[in-house]
Amino acid sequence: MKKMSNVPIKESGSLLRPRWQILLASLPLVLFLLIPLAGLILRVSPSNVMSTIMQPQVVQAIRLSVTTTVITVLLTLFFGTPVAYTLARKKFVGRTMLDALIDMPVVLPPSVAGVALLIAFGRRGFLSPLFGGLEIPFTETAVVLAQLFVASPFYIKSAAAGFASVNRELEHAAAVDGASRLQIFRTIILPLSLPAIVGGVVMTWARALGEFGATIIFAGNYPGRTQTMPLAIYIGFEIDLNIALVLALILLVISFFVLAVVKGILGQRLTVF
Amino acid sequence: MQKILVACLLVWLAVAFQQKAFAQQTKEKELTVFAAASLNEAFKAIADAYESTNPSEKIAFNFAGSQQLVQQIAEGSPVDVFASANIKQMNEAVKSGRIDSASIRVFVRNRLVVVFPKENSAGIHSLRELSKSHLKIVLADKAVPVGQYALEFLEKCNRSAAFDSSFKQKVLDNVVSYEENVKVVLSKVMLDEADAGIVYTSDISMNAGERVGTLEIPEALNVIATYPIAVVRNAPLHEQAEKFVRYVVSDEGQNILGRFGFIPIK
Repeated sequence: MKKMSNVPIKESGSLLRPRWQILLASLPLVLFLLIPLAGLILRVSPSNVMSTIMQPQVVQAIRLSVTTTVITVLLTLFFGTPVAYTLARKKFVGRTMLDALIDMPVVLPPSVAGVALLIAFGRRGFLSPLFGGLEIPFTETAVVLAQLFVASPFYIKSAAAGFASVNRELEHAAAVDGASRLQIFRTIILPLSLPAIVGGVVMTWARALGEFGATIIFAGNYPGRTQTMPLAIYIGFEIDLNIALVLALILLVISFFVLAVVKGILGQRLTVF
Repeated sequence: MQKILVACLLVWLAVAFQQKAFAQQTKEKELTVFAAASLNEAFKAIADAYESTNPSEKIAFNFAGSQQLVQQIAEGSPVDVFASANIKQMNEAVKSGRIDSASIRVFVRNRLVVVFPKENSAGIHSLRELSKSHLKIVLADKAVPVGQYALEFLEKCNRSAAFDSSFKQKVLDNVVSYEENVKVVLSKVMLDEADAGIVYTSDISMNAGERVGTLEIPEALNVIATYPIAVVRNAPLHEQAEKFVRYVVSDEGQNILGRFGFIPIK
């Protein structure tokens, strides 16, 4: 009988548990991520949080961040899903170009994205004559557009991967049974790509929440109107470190909470992320 | 297993090499100067002149809003000289313990000016029109020196007989964005994204001046910006730092600053 090489019998049942060497090698990066976050939590005192969280500028920043990121996610779902589907399913001339185009906003430095948005949608922008003088910069709309530009590619790529991974046989079987294209999408493709879709939504939301460079250039910085949490943290850092720390902590808590809930619902399907 | 060890060794070597390279860099005589954003062109010209008479010495700049520089200084950033656009931020640097108040000296002054896009589609021809409705004004944040000076200017207008007592409020109602330094304010006006902004006279002294329209602010209403400079306590290149500061306040340095629209102190 052939003996299985390199697999000591005592380990064969625990192939899924990483060896201690792997754990040790993982430690540096994990600590590197953990220590700054822990430091942030420890540096802020609870009394500070309570007194700062009530300040109108802080409340405004939180409200603005939450509102704009939710809108961004909804817009991404609505407009991004067709793109993801196209990327995943069709083979056409220029598909590589489309793929690269979707990658661009991720590769571009955010401030460059901000300048680009200004050139396109500003008062003197390309599209300005079409709309009789756009008044988009310095508005909440601008905040959403900036977030949409930098964050939607995350969803599109993830959803595309999800759609592409669905077994065609299942779709053919459903078609044979008389299902329409829409039915196939709703009952087969969608449920099977759900982890990828949800993963993409979370990444888009997270990127939108942290968006700074494009926002401050395209939308500007005005409390209540365009000063999202990252902007408030940045300016706050230069005035009152406490405000910056508290906002940073709140951002941390919100993000963690959302991620925990989503992961909980997904039931730990790590392969997707 | 062996591969893991080799990988770790390589990482360690890379880090060690990086440390050595960094150490070597700081041994070279590169003076680190943190300066307010408005000093950008003028200080670069001063550095050019200084380096031509002192070829072995190099100067590296970090230009940003003074409030941002103070934060970096307070957090321990390596720096030799700090030039701020107002005394308030210099005092913040003193509070952080990194600057001796005794080493501070005023080296130049500046004034405010209103700028508007060349096309002037909003039709701004007088200061009073800054309060007319539906205008888009861009100012620097109040934490930024020029932002604070702008607020003082508006206060002066309120108290002046030539203006409505609600002038300042009306102007602030027109503000659409508070930027992090004076150069961003200027850029947004140049791009015609804003109808008006308040910057320093030094900002419009060179090329930028030809790309925007300007509205002078009369002496009685204008705010004199006072720029202090100081050598940082325990600066790595202390002697060189002192030399640089002496050059800035010398006739040559003051001449250069004057050329760039600043008000020399002599």
